[in-house]
Amino acid sequence: MNDLSSMPRMNRRVFLVSSAALGGGLALGLDLPFGPQVVRAADGSPEVTAWVVIRPDDTVVIRIARSEMGQGTMTGLAQLVAEELECDWSKVSTEFPTPGQSLARGRVWGDFFTAGSRGIRQSNDFVRKAGATARTMLIAAAAAEWKVAPGECSASNSVITHNPSGRTTTFGKVAEAAAKIEPPKDVPLKDPKDWKIAGKPLKRLDTAPKTRGELVYSIDLKLPGMLCAAIKDSPVFGGKLKSFDAAKIQGMLGVKHVVKVGDTAVAVVADRWWQAKTALDALPVSWDEGENAKVSSASIAEFLKTGLDAEQAFVGNQNGDAKAAITAAAKRVEAIYGFPYQNHATMEPMNATAVYTAERCEVWAPTQVAEQTLASVSEASGLPIGQCDVHKMPLGGGFGRRTANDYVQQVIAIAKQIPGTPIKLIWTREEDMTHGRYHPITQAKMVGAFDANNNLTALHMRISGQSILSFVNPQGLQNGKDPFTFQGLNPGGAEGVFGYTIPNLLIDHAMRNPHVPPHFWRGVNNNQNALYLECFMDELAQAVGQDPLEFRRKLMANHPKHLAVLNAVAERADWGKPAPQGVYRGLAQHMGYGSYVAACAEVSVDGNKVKIHRIIAATDPGYAVNPAQIERQIAGSFVYGLSALFHQECTVKNGRIEQENFDTYNSMRIAEMPKVECIIMPSGGFWGGVGEPTIFVAAPAVLNAIFAATGKRYRSFPLKNQGLTIA
Amino acid sequence: MAHLIVNGKTHDVDVDPNTPLLWVIRENIGMTGTKYGCGIAQCGACTVHIDGVATRSCSMPVSAVEGKQITTIEGLGPNGTAHPVQKAWLDLDVPQCGYCQSGMIMAVAALLKEKPKPTDADIDRTITNICRCGTFQQVRAAIHQAAASA
Repeated sequence: MNDLSSMPRMNRRVFLVSSAALGGGLALGLDLPFGPQVVRAADGSPEVTAWVVIRPDDTVVIRIARSEMGQGTMTGLAQLVAEELECDWSKVSTEFPTPGQSLARGRVWGDFFTAGSRGIRQSNDFVRKAGATARTMLIAAAAAEWKVAPGECSASNSVITHNPSGRTTTFGKVAEAAAKIEPPKDVPLKDPKDWKIAGKPLKRLDTAPKTRGELVYSIDLKLPGMLCAAIKDSPVFGGKLKSFDAAKIQGMLGVKHVVKVGDTAVAVVADRWWQAKTALDALPVSWDEGENAKVSSASIAEFLKTGLDAEQAFVGNQNGDAKAAITAAAKRVEAIYGFPYQNHATMEPMNATAVYTAERCEVWAPTQVAEQTLASVSEASGLPIGQCDVHKMPLGGGFGRRTANDYVQQVIAIAKQIPGTPIKLIWTREEDMTHGRYHPITQAKMVGAFDANNNLTALHMRISGQSILSFVNPQGLQNGKDPFTFQGLNPGGAEGVFGYTIPNLLIDHAMRNPHVPPHFWRGVNNNQNALYLECFMDELAQAVGQDPLEFRRKLMANHPKHLAVLNAVAERADWGKPAPQGVYRGLAQHMGYGSYVAACAEVSVDGNKVKIHRIIAATDPGYAVNPAQIERQIAGSFVYGLSALFHQECTVKNGRIEQENFDTYNSMRIAEMPKVECIIMPSGGFWGGVGEPTIFVAAPAVLNAIFAATGKRYRSFPLKNQGLTIA
Repeated sequence: MAHLIVNGKTHDVDVDPNTPLLWVIRENIGMTGTKYGCGIAQCGACTVHIDGVATRSCSMPVSAVEGKQITTIEGLGPNGTAHPVQKAWLDLDVPQCGYCQSGMIMAVAALLKEKPKPTDADIDRTITNICRCGTFQQVRAAIHQAAASA
């Protein structure tokens, strides 16, 4: 595979037509005054719709706007298009359009944003319509050629049949004519129960090159004349670059430039990256570390502690009068939890390649948010957005980290100083660990109240800590409140509803924002919210001597979908019947990103070694587009979530992150991997995500099982700090 | 000048002798299937075979491997065909993002050469590569399938 073969290629004509159409609000197809225009792919094959290119040999190219980072959205979205298109799945391939092309055509491919488990759930409707529209046009073209009514024809497996005569043709033969037909409006979609391609456990479309080392990730990109850059940003967040002594590294092998990057960083540019990195290590640099250099994990913990009992807090969910009910309680239970900073640690470190000239700026990046990246390119380059573009590369992991464009802005700042030369910036793992966008730090004070008959009368969940939105998008705050803080705890809505009915409830947030930048991290705030809530539900059950499942069930009658996934895992685990000798069980449930999830963990504990024998995980995502890929997402979410629970914490000393690599920021290995059994139980009628949701219940299910085994409640993390390891 | 034998071909590369083999493979020779993950031999994304032994190339100076047989993911299958591990990987759809999988496949191929029918305990002891997507369940199944097919 050569360097650019994974790039979507479109011919010059597309750009010409596009320029004319800029701002014209075009939807599918191009309706120009001088007659029907066919938009063509690079090889001359016609676009039937913007999503579907069909070649004369019947092969089909499906355009995918969302980013592929291992979660399988590319295959799932192609299945949805192919289902409605009625094409031969074996002839399908995919390509990524660029956000610049999309913008020039009135955002014809819709939203590129790939986070919040929304790739499929928020584009299923329009991509299915794109497939159905193309099928209708192909049938119409065949019918016109045969001079029969389209209603007498049907399509299946890329073949169109005139049903009364039995006459057939193929998609490839009529694609050219179909592309000239006015796209129909409001095409009907299939009932999912009739799906033949979607809903099936098909293999991914992108596996073969990954097994041969052939997939070109962003870090692998080569462009003619390219130079490579290594970078050091201020070790203290908010600090500034004071000075560096470029003379000291002059003459080092391959070194071409030493450049300032914004106010905070310095980069060395060389023929090869290893030369740049070696020279950067030898470069004397001094920093103005600023006030933040005084901050430590201990000072952050103290800061957050002030929020646990603070007067002022934003209310996320409230009914009755929790404070009064707690005061009047016959029995009161209280616990304080905390959850640390964590780095995403994508296997492929942050990197991007840019070419800047006075007329144009192009970037190749492993971005999850190609349109926002395009806006960043325009802003950082100072060029109008129409003179910029972003080539989206396959991502070596994303997990939310690549929704930030910090590394993209850096590479442009470097490339602007070396116009006309392609610059590839690669972060060291150390740079990646210490300049992350971290899972936000929080603490929670949980208070429950019971009446004299051991009925739960009140729950107050006080979250203290960091708001992601305050850092990422302060305009999104609602009168100061960050609604994302309450993920999975909301009174209603489609995203994440609190699954219990409690007579007096108060869930509120005392915002405390340390200087360490927070961000979306697979599962986001659902992770600690589910941990705090589901571990405390166990504590409450224990306080009144009730079975954790029965205790929950009594509070979940109004939330049958939450209850259904919980019941499913309990039933599979034979909850209520004895586990094997020495094995103990724990439960958790939660709703987020539109899906209902639950888990039952089975563990045994020998001294400080926790053996996780089995995880049973259930999810109701509404519709299951590819059950085989959902199973992989579920199993993988436990690796990500349990790595965090046992091993991972970013601590702060002198204003900087202490952990610099995988030796101090460990990640689960195969020996620690539990057996994960999946129950996929789509109930229909809604579209939930699958890339993240089961991670919510990973930590609390295991913690509740550890309690069942040991009688110990762990409330601060990671568990390595308590001496626990995974056996 | 370092004299290297990679996938049976000789390469004379002009490079600082302390340069890690990983970066010589990626940048001087231009084969990018071998990945950078950590640079300190923790994650295994850079695993290659040196005289048949799985080795983390990010921490191996190029001067230490001159004249030795170096095999990368691109040269794993005989004459460009798929190695049994690659076949099992394809059959069980193992990779998610795939970034760590070159190294994982190279580590597994070396294990199977040493132990054609590895137990789960052998796998746990030998395969210590990091996969952040967490496709370990598929990796284990594919190792057993590759072992059964050989």
